[in-house]
Amino acid sequence: MTQPPRDVVTSVLGFARTLRHAGVAASPERVAVMLDAVAHLDVLDPVAVYWAGRLTLCGGPDDLDRYDAAFPAWFGGEVPRARASAPAVRPRVVRSAPLETGAGTPDGEEPDDLATRASGAEALRHRDVGELTAAERAQLRRLFALLAPAAPMRPSRRRRPAPHGSVHVGRTVRGALRSGGEVTRLVHHRARPRPRRVVLLVDVSGSMTPYADALLRFAHAAVRARPTSTEVFTIGTRLTRVTRELRLRDADRALAASGQAIPDWSGGTRIGEVLKAFLDRWGQRGTARGAVVVVCSDGWERGGAELLGEQMARLRRLAHAVVWVNPHKGRPGYEPLAAGMVAALPSVDAFVSGHSMAAFEELVDVIEHVPTPAAPPPRVPAQGRPLQEDRDAC
Amino acid sequence: MDQLTDPAAVAAALEATGYLPDEGLATAAYLALALHRPLFLEGEAGVGKTALAHALAEVTGRPLYRLQCYEGLEASSALYDWDFGRQLLHLRAAEAAGTATDAAELEAGLYDRRFLLARPLLQALEDSPAVLLIDEVDRADDEFEAFLLEVLSDFAITIPELGTVRAQTPPLVLLTSNRTREVHDALKRRCLYHWLEHPDFAREVAILRRRLPEVTETLARQVASATARLRELDLLKPPGVAEAMDWASALHALGARELDPDTAARTLGAVLKYREDGERVRAAGPGVLFGAG
Repeated sequence: MTQPPRDVVTSVLGFARTLRHAGVAASPERVAVMLDAVAHLDVLDPVAVYWAGRLTLCGGPDDLDRYDAAFPAWFGGEVPRARASAPAVRPRVVRSAPLETGAGTPDGEEPDDLATRASGAEALRHRDVGELTAAERAQLRRLFALLAPAAPMRPSRRRRPAPHGSVHVGRTVRGALRSGGEVTRLVHHRARPRPRRVVLLVDVSGSMTPYADALLRFAHAAVRARPTSTEVFTIGTRLTRVTRELRLRDADRALAASGQAIPDWSGGTRIGEVLKAFLDRWGQRGTARGAVVVVCSDGWERGGAELLGEQMARLRRLAHAVVWVNPHKGRPGYEPLAAGMVAALPSVDAFVSGHSMAAFEELVDVIEHVPTPAAPPPRVPAQGRPLQEDRDAC
Repeated sequence: MDQLTDPAAVAAALEATGYLPDEGLATAAYLALALHRPLFLEGEAGVGKTALAHALAEVTGRPLYRLQCYEGLEASSALYDWDFGRQLLHLRAAEAAGTATDAAELEAGLYDRRFLLARPLLQALEDSPAVLLIDEVDRADDEFEAFLLEVLSDFAITIPELGTVRAQTPPLVLLTSNRTREVHDALKRRCLYHWLEHPDFAREVAILRRRLPEVTETLARQVASATARLRELDLLKPPGVAEAMDWASALHALGARELDPDTAARTLGAVLKYREDGERVRAAGPGVLFGAG
């Protein structure tokens, strides 16, 4: 391999630095590969340099946009290939997905103050957890330190040695070869259970303000218990993935970090649209497939409820089970009357409340042993009201 | 192989086989060959990730080994396995013939290459140089990625009983992913990364004409433009090039020389694979497929 000239190396290293500032993890190893790639191409051709860098320094679709922005900033000129299909293709997976601010139709049927509080305007505010009183915080900490969310399990195709089960031919014969070809002992193996993915969708809109903090703490406890098989998104006027923030060990710091990440705290709700965004960008690709999906919301929907109903049906076809947590359900005499709630309930496997410690304990139980029509629950949760309906093609 | 000395040459060679790459993809394929790095391809389903491997195998004249990934894929079905039945038989035959005198020699004979069943990864290393396609790596689980690391960085497989098998010439490796799961960084770090886009209109027409020479120019243009419109409709599954080709051949099979609203409605199932998508397009009317005109 011919070494590229010195000024090329300097230039590429500087570009890598710019790229790292832009958020692309261009590791030294990747930069070395880029230099190697440039040496195989025409150094003076900006197009060749563009592709050499893009192919070697980027690691995912999120990186590509940042790369396309950083390339002209460093090397000057235009990005050689304008994205011909930029708006046409399905949007790439992005962490915070803005939706168009459509003027929500005023819904005359929804009475009282809650409907007025759920405003369609997006409040791009940052959440300050310092607003909680010390007593409340201490209480919440105690509450969530006691929670130990256990993951629901599913059988996997990986096997492990076991006293019973199907015969592991390889190990049995290897043993037999040691004893002169005589099979003296059968070695068995059986499927190893793996944790099923749990996806939490937490409504952080205005009408959920009193509960969102507690629900996020619950989510934090769940992420801490199973960091690789739990995903958390917040829904409001946007979809925001907060899994990464919630992986921080300390609950307060994790909540502060997710508060920073959530742009639509205490804003309006468009659950249907945001749920669609979730399913398009994450759910259908695999995040929701076979998972236990927990939607935490009061069901106050600004947009039409039909979209929410459609998307809930779609979610149920993808997910193993759908749990809806509505804090208002804990109130005496609660009836699911909100338009969104009515539209969503036919696609919900378990409908539970999430307003108190007891309710959260119950929720832990429901997530672990969620009742699905296919498999009746081993034990029915104390207050959870499993809705049993026919489930179409699952 | 020798004449693939720059991206343009790779592009020309691929075009000769009927695969029409854009500039980025040609550069990616060239660098994968020149740097001996695996190429990690992501993109929507049906944009030609798997087809690229077939085309590259044809261009380079190398055999193609394909490994389809799935959850629970084990080393014994991806790398190698011992042929236990034959091993036992060999042992019994040696006993019966009375040649089983030296135990150590007999045991060494049991772990001979002829009792080893090569699976795709080992086959690709032994039959060097080869093209290795590891398809839909996102469907496999984390454990399987660990098997891949040694293969992709050293192009070698270590078999405890036999030693290390190393490829004389590193195979050209293509990994594809539909992004249903985030693949581990340790794996991605060893690869070149390329995101495949849907082709633009002109390229799609060219692909249709090339792959389906029996389809008329008019039909190819109409199918390409209707497919491009469908991709803008925010469907559950926007059609890829594969669907456009299916659609064009379905239309051709019906004897259509042009796309008209009636045949389009009847053959929509070739291009849209969700009931909701089909209903949405039917509800929007033929204007969606044919533009304003």
